[in-house]
Amino acid sequence: MSLAYYPGCTLKTRARNLEEPAVASMEALGLKLDEVPRWNCCGAVYSLADDDLIHQVAPVRNLIRVKKQGKSELVTLCAFCLNTLKRANLLMKQDVAKRDTLNDFIDEGIDYGGEVKVLHLLEVLRDRIGWEALSRKVKLPLHGLRAAPYYGCTLLRPREIAIDNVENPTVLGDFLRALGAGPVDFPESTRCCGSYQVVSSPGDIAEYARPILNSALSHGAEALVLTCPLCDYNLGRGQKELIKKGSGFKEMPLIYFTQLLALALGLGPQACHFELNHGGPESLLKEKNLLPQTRSVQLIEG
Amino acid sequence: MTKKASVTISPKKSRREFIKKVKELSGQNLQLCYQCGMCTGNCPAAANMDVSPRRIIELARLGLEEEIAGSRTVWVCASCLACAVNCPRGFDLARVMEAIRLLTLRKNVDRVRPEDIPPQERGDLPQIAMVSGLRKLTG
Amino acid sequence: MSAKQTKKKSAATAVKHRAKETAATAVKEKKQIAARLIPIYIMGKRYEVPEGLTIMKAMEYAGYILIRGCGCRGGTCGACGTFYRKPGDYKLQVALACQKTVEPDMYIAQIPFFPANRAAYDFAGLTAAPEEVFKLYPELFRCVACNSCTKACPQGIEVMDAISALKQGNITVAAQLSFDCIQCGLCTSRCFGELAQYHMFQLARRIYGARIIPRAEHLAGIVKAVNEGKYDRFLDELKGTKEAELKKLYQEREIEPMAAGEDWKPKDSRYL
Repeated sequence: MSLAYYPGCTLKTRARNLEEPAVASMEALGLKLDEVPRWNCCGAVYSLADDDLIHQVAPVRNLIRVKKQGKSELVTLCAFCLNTLKRANLLMKQDVAKRDTLNDFIDEGIDYGGEVKVLHLLEVLRDRIGWEALSRKVKLPLHGLRAAPYYGCTLLRPREIAIDNVENPTVLGDFLRALGAGPVDFPESTRCCGSYQVVSSPGDIAEYARPILNSALSHGAEALVLTCPLCDYNLGRGQKELIKKGSGFKEMPLIYFTQLLALALGLGPQACHFELNHGGPESLLKEKNLLPQTRSVQLIEG
Repeated sequence: MTKKASVTISPKKSRREFIKKVKELSGQNLQLCYQCGMCTGNCPAAANMDVSPRRIIELARLGLEEEIAGSRTVWVCASCLACAVNCPRGFDLARVMEAIRLLTLRKNVDRVRPEDIPPQERGDLPQIAMVSGLRKLTG
Repeated sequence: MSAKQTKKKSAATAVKHRAKETAATAVKEKKQIAARLIPIYIMGKRYEVPEGLTIMKAMEYAGYILIRGCGCRGGTCGACGTFYRKPGDYKLQVALACQKTVEPDMYIAQIPFFPANRAAYDFAGLTAAPEEVFKLYPELFRCVACNSCTKACPQGIEVMDAISALKQGNITVAAQLSFDCIQCGLCTSRCFGELAQYHMFQLARRIYGARIIPRAEHLAGIVKAVNEGKYDRFLDELKGTKEAELKKLYQEREIEPMAAGEDWKPKDSRYL
């Protein structure tokens, strides 16, 4: 099986540690991710104004490219891209007048009506592969790892595009359980990290991070599991500032869900690019015996 | 939240025009809100706001453009939609915040100037932060 | 600006001289081409010009003296970017004035220059990292993928795709896609996000050329040979040649064919 795949700009630079373990893992699971040809930036945030169609052009153009690629389903990894693409798709499906205006303006020779299905990789794992099948593929169970799923905003809000129950999401927890880890639920798992406010008010970011990290820590989490490169950046930056301020915090490792997937599937740390993580998880993973000497590492050393 | 609760309703001409524009841009019925404050209670940025999210709706439906324009609230909103999913009236406050932002941005007034972001930050921030920030805070 | 005003402005003798030449050429063309006259509109004013002229020559025929907005007259300098429309067609068309021949009822406006933000940088301090572009041109992220830039490119460059590549941190793709850019600035004039695409691309190509593509291995050898004076004799020879002879040499020079293979050699191998 192969699915159209939309990486997003950040996954090609700062968040290669989100993308590369995912691509490797899906291949190991027998699913090829076919990158959409000539994709452009998704627009990152969905425009909320009724008359602001120009900001719908970027996501819709990508969806048209998926249709041109001959695919009916599109997978994303970045939570921001998922949100923007999925909402723009819904607009194209539901609003006939706007659909026509956008199709005419975009002028790609294809009339698009929202027919591509936009999925997050977690949905593919849950609904196509299934937790049970996934757990059978696990070569290195993440036993003893108390990881807290952090959803943030864009996977779950608004309700129409949520990949799971808005109030009580379980998909990341179920995913971790399938990999053998012990998920730690905490009440702030869907609280916003500050998002793009870091651009205009970087000084506020630590205070966005504080309740999230405090809550995860007090519920016994050893690490936070993320799906979004902006959550990674803001929480990583926020916690560094909190530590600097001497608030008694110990650094909480931040890990992308795809890195844990690759580790559990036995692909080794070289697929994970841990050097790019904002909260470094390597010492924790070593402590849990989850960073095996891999064949390629041995070869290099030998 | 530091502002006094008292509100002066002026009979200014622009009042109805402002209400009309907010309604048009947001697609929201401002009268739906019954001021329960769930939006403020769920807002992760409320502590940084001078006017609470709940009061923004009230000011908007009274057409008090100047009070809203003088507040930093809509610029602090991160469009996380915690207000929207928790509203018992199905009201999407995030859309109202966006409408009010656009009324300023469309006058060619930017909240953030890309050139004022320190170069070190520009190189450090992930692209999604820059794209979103510039979309929400520049016109 | 009317032709009269333009004339007033051109005070310098050199410019006057050129103007005379231009007028002479135009008169000559008037005589030579017993061509049909067609109507065109330059900045809204109707003129009858002989068909077959380029936009640039037609403007000169109509009395304009171009001291800006014209350069190489060969389609490579980027000075004469032009927008035009045909009646009844909403589409905006682009051309280089020196390349496009006039068509009846064209409405023409040349854009000799368009204000564009160009970052100042010390190239020696730049690396090949994508962040270099983000730092110098943060407005890059205001692109909305509307594709107006691509539609405005007289060189047929996929401008929007090249901007996408920069956003994705791919300087190599941006440099390769924008290779034919002549910096006319028409993309910039149409940009919704107010980007100066062509300056960003120039930065990308500089970084690509200096920091990313592998060095040409044979170059060092040639530079060494030049420094050691291997070619001095030939240069001295040329310096002592009369102008007429030089012109002839230039006209008759052997040019490497487009499809030449790696092992192509000129017939005259004295200089190798």
